[in-house]
Amino acid sequence: MITSILVVVFLAVIIGIVLGISAIKFKVEGDPIIEKIDSILPQTQCGQCGFPGCKPYATAIANGEADINQCPPGGDEGIHKLADLLGVEYKPLNAEHGEPKPKSVAIIDEKTCIGCTLCIQACPVDAILGSAKHMHTIIEKECTGCELCLPPCPVDCIDMVAIEENAENWKWKYPVYKIDKVSERRAS
Amino acid sequence: MKLFDKVFKFNGGIRAETKKNISTAQPIRKIPLPKKIVLPLRQHIGKLAKLKVDIGHEVLKGQLIAEADGNVSAAIHASTSGKITAIEKRLIPHPSGLPDFCIEISPDGKDQWIEKKAIPWKKIGLDKVNELLLESGIVGLGGAAFPTHLKLNNSKKAGALNTLIVNAAECEPYITCDDMLMREKTHELIQGIKLVHEILNVKESVIGIEDNKTDAINFIQHAIKKEKNISLQIVPTIYPSGDAKRLIYLLKGIKIPKGHRSSDYGIQMFNVATILAIYRFIEFGEPSISRIVTITGNLKSPRNYELLFGTPLKEIIDDAGGQIIKNDTFIMGGPMMGFKLPSIDVPVTKSMNCIISSEPTMTEEKKPVLPCIRCARCAEACPVELQPQELFWFSKSKQLEKAEEYNLFDCIECGCCSYVCPSNIPLVQYYRFAKSEIIEERHEYEQANIARERNEFRLQRLEREKLERAERNALRRAQSSSEEKTKLIDEKRKAIADALQRIEKEDNKND
Repeated sequence: MITSILVVVFLAVIIGIVLGISAIKFKVEGDPIIEKIDSILPQTQCGQCGFPGCKPYATAIANGEADINQCPPGGDEGIHKLADLLGVEYKPLNAEHGEPKPKSVAIIDEKTCIGCTLCIQACPVDAILGSAKHMHTIIEKECTGCELCLPPCPVDCIDMVAIEENAENWKWKYPVYKIDKVSERRAS
Repeated sequence: MKLFDKVFKFNGGIRAETKKNISTAQPIRKIPLPKKIVLPLRQHIGKLAKLKVDIGHEVLKGQLIAEADGNVSAAIHASTSGKITAIEKRLIPHPSGLPDFCIEISPDGKDQWIEKKAIPWKKIGLDKVNELLLESGIVGLGGAAFPTHLKLNNSKKAGALNTLIVNAAECEPYITCDDMLMREKTHELIQGIKLVHEILNVKESVIGIEDNKTDAINFIQHAIKKEKNISLQIVPTIYPSGDAKRLIYLLKGIKIPKGHRSSDYGIQMFNVATILAIYRFIEFGEPSISRIVTITGNLKSPRNYELLFGTPLKEIIDDAGGQIIKNDTFIMGGPMMGFKLPSIDVPVTKSMNCIISSEPTMTEEKKPVLPCIRCARCAEACPVELQPQELFWFSKSKQLEKAEEYNLFDCIECGCCSYVCPSNIPLVQYYRFAKSEIIEERHEYEQANIARERNEFRLQRLEREKLERAERNALRRAQSSSEEKTKLIDEKRKAIADALQRIEKEDNKND
């Protein structure tokens, strides 16, 4: 009787120590689920979801304050991925937050630009180059197409231009072929 | 004659009708200078070449007109002398059928070379040779158009190379440009092999050739009689024996694992046409400006042509007598791996090894595609030993991660699976689709990471600026307040002192 109690107590102590040490040693900093959600979001930083960027939206999803269908740039695919990650039902994109658009970049009409720097302040990824009273330009490569620079521009000199398919970004298409009805095939 | 070299047989492959004799009956032909030369800036794998000329410039034959942009790129040279008359988007021979940047040269008819200088490669060392190769514009002429200097770079990094394999297999049906090159330029080719052999400092060179090229085999055997270090190894005609990893296995019995290069195993491989291009460059200082192209299939006079890059394909088709049965369908590359050209109004490029005018049997109403019956014939045929049926299901249902797990990227798109499929499923098209989807996804993921980093940096910067501003303001407030205080105190003290003085004066008076 005594031996068995001792064995159990001994085991409990050992396991307790191991767990205690691991809890300190392998402590996970931050909330990994936020990082995981954030890595699915497209990082457009457009704020269409109602939060001031992708990370805040990810945090809100993780805390149950936001739904998974509020990100138009992420599109259907993004919602599916979020649903898979969080183990919730897929729901179609909430139209209140906007429609998915083809990926585009902002272009500044350099003749019209008055150099007010308002767009520079609005750009979430610092993709606009320029200084006060000097013409601004957009580093196309870094532009996420968030459209946040459009409203502040006092002279309306920024346009969103959809990225066209070219020989470099061209992709092989999903094979499509006609399937004939068996009766037709027999006839021919 | 050594007919029975030891060859290791790879899995599957197919024995299709080779149809090579259509284009080997006549010698290689050159055509007169075309009226216009159109050189696309994208003729190779990697980045678009960087423009070095402008409209109106006069250029000489062999002059650099676009340089390599970074390391994974290739230079472009004027293929004849003349004037640059346009730089604009034109149709290029690319499966997308989309236009891309091209340089148009109007030849002056003199065909005048720039000053050609042989490369003293023995004196300058491999590093310098590599640098020069980057400027030579030479890419793999077997069809993949991989910049050659990168291959040399790899071999240098890997250290000791011991074998140079010369790929003369040319396994795809219809294509005969390498065969004709070996027949007509045997001597030059052997000189080239000797040169590359010495540059790479290898112990042996092996020419791997399929047994259906009897004439070429005879010529080469005769030419290498006295060469100790060069041997010819004949492999059976089984498609795709010309794939680099397949040929290495056939000749050496070495399977190069995923993620490794042949140079890790002391082997470097070049196509015969690439060897010749390297030879012409090092020995004569001629950059890559022409190649041999097989023009075959449903034509009145199919044959091989030696063509300047940029020659309009239409002129060559006309020279070959045009189509016998008009269907305006042309395939670039072989029937297994090639793609349908959007139009023949495209120029000859570095990757154009063969143009097949589609035969009626090829364009006939294609057999209907039926559901997969899980017969696994594709797995038997797959030379890479993949499971094409699994890859097909995953690609079809867009389970891209799964497809990747099943080694989708090891697929060489040889088309053996589609060829044997009894349900006529265009399997390779599914793999290509899945591959380009995955590549795009990766690219987007990278872009998103960059955007996240930039956004986080910006937030940090804003935070820092806010703090700095607050600090500055606090300091100013502190400074201004202390100054005012001392000023006030000073004033009061002064007033007191003045008052005291006045009292003292008055006291003195009163006394």
